[in-house]
Amino acid sequence: MKALMFGWEFPPHILGGLGTASYGLTKGMAQQPDMQITFVIPKPWGDEDQSFLKIIGACNVPIVWKENDWNYVNSRLNGRMSADEYFWLRNGIKYDFHRIGTDDLGCVNFSGRYPDNLVEEIGNYEAVASVLAHQLDFDIIHSHDWLTYPAGVFAKHISGKPLVIHVHATDFDRSRGNVNPTVYAIERRGMDEADHIICVSNLTRRTVIEKYGQPEWKVSTVHNAVEPLADADSFTKTPRKDKVVTFLGRITMQKGPEYFVEAAARVLQKTDGVRFVMAGSGDKMNEMIDLVAKRGIADKFHFTGFLRGRQVQEMLAESDCYIMPSVSEPFGISPLEAMQVGTPSIISKQSGCAEILQHAIKTDYWDIDAMADAIYAIVKYPAMYKSLRELGREEVNNIKWSDAGLKVRAIYDKVIAERH
Amino acid sequence: MKNLCFVFQLHAPYRLKRYRFFEIGQDHYYYDDFQTEERIQQLASQSYQPANKTILEMIKSSNGKFRCAYSISGILLELLEQYAPEVIDSFKELAATKAVEFLATPYSYSLASAYDQHEFERQLRLHAEKIKTLFGVETTAVWNTELMYSDEIADTVAKMGYKTILTEGARHILGWKSPNYVYNSAASNKLKVLMRNPKLSDDIAFRFSDYSWKDYPLDAEKYVNWLAETPAEEPIINIWMGYEALGIRQHHTTGIFEFMKALPYFAMERGLGFLTPSEATKKIASSDTIVSPYTTSWSGEAKDISAYNGNDLQQEALQKLYAVSERVNLCQNMLLKRDWQILQSDDHFLYMNHIDAGWTNYESAYEAFINYMNVLADFLQLVDEQYPTTIENEELNELLKTITNLEKENSALEAELKKARKRKEK
Repeated sequence: MKALMFGWEFPPHILGGLGTASYGLTKGMAQQPDMQITFVIPKPWGDEDQSFLKIIGACNVPIVWKENDWNYVNSRLNGRMSADEYFWLRNGIKYDFHRIGTDDLGCVNFSGRYPDNLVEEIGNYEAVASVLAHQLDFDIIHSHDWLTYPAGVFAKHISGKPLVIHVHATDFDRSRGNVNPTVYAIERRGMDEADHIICVSNLTRRTVIEKYGQPEWKVSTVHNAVEPLADADSFTKTPRKDKVVTFLGRITMQKGPEYFVEAAARVLQKTDGVRFVMAGSGDKMNEMIDLVAKRGIADKFHFTGFLRGRQVQEMLAESDCYIMPSVSEPFGISPLEAMQVGTPSIISKQSGCAEILQHAIKTDYWDIDAMADAIYAIVKYPAMYKSLRELGREEVNNIKWSDAGLKVRAIYDKVIAERH
Repeated sequence: MKNLCFVFQLHAPYRLKRYRFFEIGQDHYYYDDFQTEERIQQLASQSYQPANKTILEMIKSSNGKFRCAYSISGILLELLEQYAPEVIDSFKELAATKAVEFLATPYSYSLASAYDQHEFERQLRLHAEKIKTLFGVETTAVWNTELMYSDEIADTVAKMGYKTILTEGARHILGWKSPNYVYNSAASNKLKVLMRNPKLSDDIAFRFSDYSWKDYPLDAEKYVNWLAETPAEEPIINIWMGYEALGIRQHHTTGIFEFMKALPYFAMERGLGFLTPSEATKKIASSDTIVSPYTTSWSGEAKDISAYNGNDLQQEALQKLYAVSERVNLCQNMLLKRDWQILQSDDHFLYMNHIDAGWTNYESAYEAFINYMNVLADFLQLVDEQYPTTIENEELNELLKTITNLEKENSALEAELKKARKRKEK
């Protein structure tokens, strides 16, 4: 089984959860012996782990025919891709993309991020997909998130191979309902053209069916998993006088930071010995600082700013409780990461991961009383902390990407069988 | 002659209301009366009332040959008096036939026998009083919560003067023995032990309407044949179940009530008699001794009490609760004592089970724990106001002993005084 996947991010250079999920899923699928994955991303950095799949950088694929000699190409590519592969892919140029600005090799210079001209970049990515679709050999196309749907659809039209799209989020999650019409149009077309749609939670599946008018039979849920943390035991918890309750993530409307502040105020009204931490940054940060001051709890409420890499796990491990009050979260990997280092988690019922977690406290995102109550119980009742810590860790360690990979594989097999 | 011993068990708890931590110290009423009432009325209308009617009919149509016994928790009796008094009336009617026996049961349907023997005794006495007041009869046989049994429990029960105790016919205490005999307790040979027959009981309680069961459909004739075909020398078959098996677990449309009504007829035809537990241990000689160093029960596959105290949440809650047992019993505050009874019902701890939380009204074990612990925190504060925890339990015990000793001394002196007076009169 050869899969051609279109993605946008791949570790270690990631901006959000999409990269982590792409990595975990492909690694889990690679455990199937006959699985060959080619993963396309706009701009690889060269330090990606390619031991279990092949990564193609869209920025190295020519879309406009340029005459160059082998040595020149080889020196220009500088090891990012072999010159032979470049020339071979060049044969896949079947359309005129002169309208797109390219460099001397005929390649597009992708940013690989989420720039202001994102829609233009999505279009360029689509052009790259056409070249790959003509040249590569594959059985199925798999597109991760809306940025890559047009590429997947184009590749499907060219190759005639079935298309599976993977919905990691929809614009309804990102915008609390005020969708961007351009984004919606791209999402909608991808879904309409897809042979099958994979969603990361039942919550997302409902959105896809109800808001994007997709038939139920075409939409399946494959919950995300979490990569086992090899050095889980290296994170320690310093004994301290005060308990630490942490919010960690982008401080944006979607993540519901204001509910965390309100719950904190409730807890602090009644008890001492608890401190609250808001880690991360985002457009709501200043508003939150104001709110904390207004509630008069600034002496017990701390902001850390953006955390990266190992700092994230360290912060989680040092906490007595992690809280994710997201208003709408297609899946939400961070509570699983917190549970891996043994930190009890409180999550909103509006998060996809709530569907698969038993040993986490679930409340409605707006129910600050329930949230405060759960925080109080975790910091005051030792059995609560101990149960969530031990059973939670055990539970998370049993959520494996290889199982998710098998479900995706079953969908591939089904979609291909329906073709024949 | 082979005998059948039917026992039905009834209990339902007070449901706790949503009680947040910021209410601790502010609000001392913990109960969701609406939910409790709804549950009681459901039990009464779907199960207890039609079942009582059926049993009464069975007694009358068999001229009192059909006999059975009930274990009804004190908490449930209270709730029935409040929300479904017609059920109490129908039990009085059953009591008047003299064909039913009422068993002694821990008042709250509590786990006290595993945590606090004194509290266990108090619960049995309280329950006995309640039964005496309502139905005018004495209790002589004990149905402990979830049929919990151990040599220690048997010892307590024997010392209280009970003659019979009921327990589960669990494989690990019976070994190769059959549950269809009367046994002696290892704790005292004055105490007889009856063992539930799990297979024949659950055939009615759980499998009666199960389409996938190989013996479906079950009718009274077939069932009585099974009973009659047990080895001839076995004198008794104990068929015990939760009463809600009639009407709720097995809905009335399954024909469960008709099945029950037909039982006495077929049983008498096959020469089977009926006995209540106390009659059984009086009439049938015991054949062997039962040893049970560990606590068994009728719950789950393991037949122990791990469903109620198996995880960290349950253990913390139970320990916190029973740690104040002595203090509460020194209290004179009636409301506090009532809360103490209500909070002991084993249901609260079952709701904290991660795997099977029974008829829970919580979304998760954690939610059940949070709510219970908040309530308990408030309750413990109230107890603390009466008897601060700074006084050690031992110290309290010493004081108690002194008081009782003084009382004894007092009455001895009074008796002496009386004698002296009499002598003087002469």
